[in-house]
Amino acid sequence: MRRKSKAVRYNKWGYIFLLPFITVYVVFQLIPMFTTIYNSFFENYMSGLTQVGPNFVGLDNYKSLFVQGDIWVYTKNTLVLWILCFVPQIILSLLLGAWFSDTRLHLKGQRFFKTVIYLPNLIMASAFSMLFFTLFSDGGPINSLLMQIGFISEPYKFLSNAGSARGLIAFMNCLMWFGNTTILLMAGMMGIDTSLFEASEVDGATSTQVFFRITLPLLKPILIYVMITSLIGGLQLFDVPQILTNGTGDPMRSTMTLIMFLNKHLFSKNYGMAGALSVLLFIITAALSLVIFKVTGNDKRKG
Amino acid sequence: MISDHNELKKGLGIHTRRIIAYTVLIIISFLCLFWFYVLFINATRSNGELQSGFTPLPSGNLMTNWKNLVHGTLPVWNGLFNSLIISGLSAVLCVYFSTMTAYAIHAYDFALKKFIYPFILMIMMIPTQVTALGFIRLVDRMKLEDSFIPLIIPAVAAPVTFFYMKQYMESSLPLSLIEAARIDGSGEFHTFNMIVLPLMKPAIAVQAIFTFVSNWNNYFTPALILHEDKKKTLPILIAQLRAADWLKFDMGQVYVMIAFSIFPVIIVYLILSRYIVQGVALGSVKG
Repeated sequence: MRRKSKAVRYNKWGYIFLLPFITVYVVFQLIPMFTTIYNSFFENYMSGLTQVGPNFVGLDNYKSLFVQGDIWVYTKNTLVLWILCFVPQIILSLLLGAWFSDTRLHLKGQRFFKTVIYLPNLIMASAFSMLFFTLFSDGGPINSLLMQIGFISEPYKFLSNAGSARGLIAFMNCLMWFGNTTILLMAGMMGIDTSLFEASEVDGATSTQVFFRITLPLLKPILIYVMITSLIGGLQLFDVPQILTNGTGDPMRSTMTLIMFLNKHLFSKNYGMAGALSVLLFIITAALSLVIFKVTGNDKRKG
Repeated sequence: MISDHNELKKGLGIHTRRIIAYTVLIIISFLCLFWFYVLFINATRSNGELQSGFTPLPSGNLMTNWKNLVHGTLPVWNGLFNSLIISGLSAVLCVYFSTMTAYAIHAYDFALKKFIYPFILMIMMIPTQVTALGFIRLVDRMKLEDSFIPLIIPAVAAPVTFFYMKQYMESSLPLSLIEAARIDGSGEFHTFNMIVLPLMKPAIAVQAIFTFVSNWNNYFTPALILHEDKKKTLPILIAQLRAADWLKFDMGQVYVMIAFSIFPVIIVYLILSRYIVQGVALGSVKG
């Protein structure tokens, strides 16, 4: 009896320690989220110097978002950029992860390689894109290098072709994230029971067979986790294309992403449209998060 | 004999596979480092030298470029200072209060725990961008535009850091220890500060670095809040550099500015890389 009341007395501290988190979360996240949803039902923008609204317009913002059609283009851009970045990234990460965790292969200098491949993840994305912008500009070092070695005879306009501009963005993102993915997958691979590998070795399986028949199936939950977090991250793609194209999404809006579109509305103070777009993005991320929650939920509770 | 036999059977021999692995790793490392090497080289070259093409060797104009940049129109020192303040304070607040939140969930049993813990896990994935609209309206109403407060205080509620701390506590903070502290008459707040925090040092260090770096690199939110030139952080200045008519620019200065934003993080990373890479793996085991 006494013990219980003592525990209760301590347990009020649980609430006290939670207070800062909850307060700040409510003020800076939860209330803004409701304001965002609320704003999405109002017409509220600047037309020249005149303020229009706020007037309640119901779902009109959502309607015009879809009717104007820009959102489809930007969704497609975002997804194309994500796929261009994710596919090479996952292949590379699986390969490197398998090599790093392969005890028979016994690679030396692993710490060096891991340090190097994780490095780009910590680089300021805006500075990195500014760097690529200068390096790949028409008169920049990459063009002069390619011309010096005789690979091309005149500068290639990397940023004026949709293909190469998208390629550059995807390449930069891939470079920034494959190290992180490799480490995640490797942690998963290390967690696989080594007796499985030993047994397959006794049975005379080749390393390719081991990879496809044992490693890959057992990695499935982590792979799904990696893929969905990457997709959520991909939907947030902003810094790199924003800086690389100076916010224009050029050439021909082929690199304009959803968050760049949102940013545009926020800067022009078109709050209604920004709200509707935010709510859509919120619903998509929430749905994707639920999938992760389902996939890894059991693991988490196990702790 | 047995191992010879095995190697024959296994398609590619272990040596061939090793050579392939090293080759690929070296190419990839080159792809990771090449850009920073070029950045360093170009930061040491004058505008004239930069126009004349690519060379793999540094020149001697680093300090000239740096002086030109500092005396130019871009408030570089302010930017550095602002970035340091925002990232530093965010990191401190974030790790302290995330540890506190994790401790609340880890060490106590209270009625709402069953509701709050899953709730924090649910909101972990929500990107800040989707609430940015409400956020800037709130900042407007609080008259906090051009203030660092809305960029620092929200670090208190960081679900990802919280989750990492919670995982770490499960593996290395036995509840019996807290029990023992209670018997010795240590108050709960005192226990947290004097016993729990020191035990969490490794996790705190890793997360402090991550929070610092992500705030240092953050462009989206600060760009919406900070408009006054002297208040801007480095990423915003970089964006400004990009938006300027850059052909008129002294390219040497542009490279020095980029190097100035990138290299401090690289240096700190190289010193602490072992802990950082380990930390990533640690946090990932359970996703």
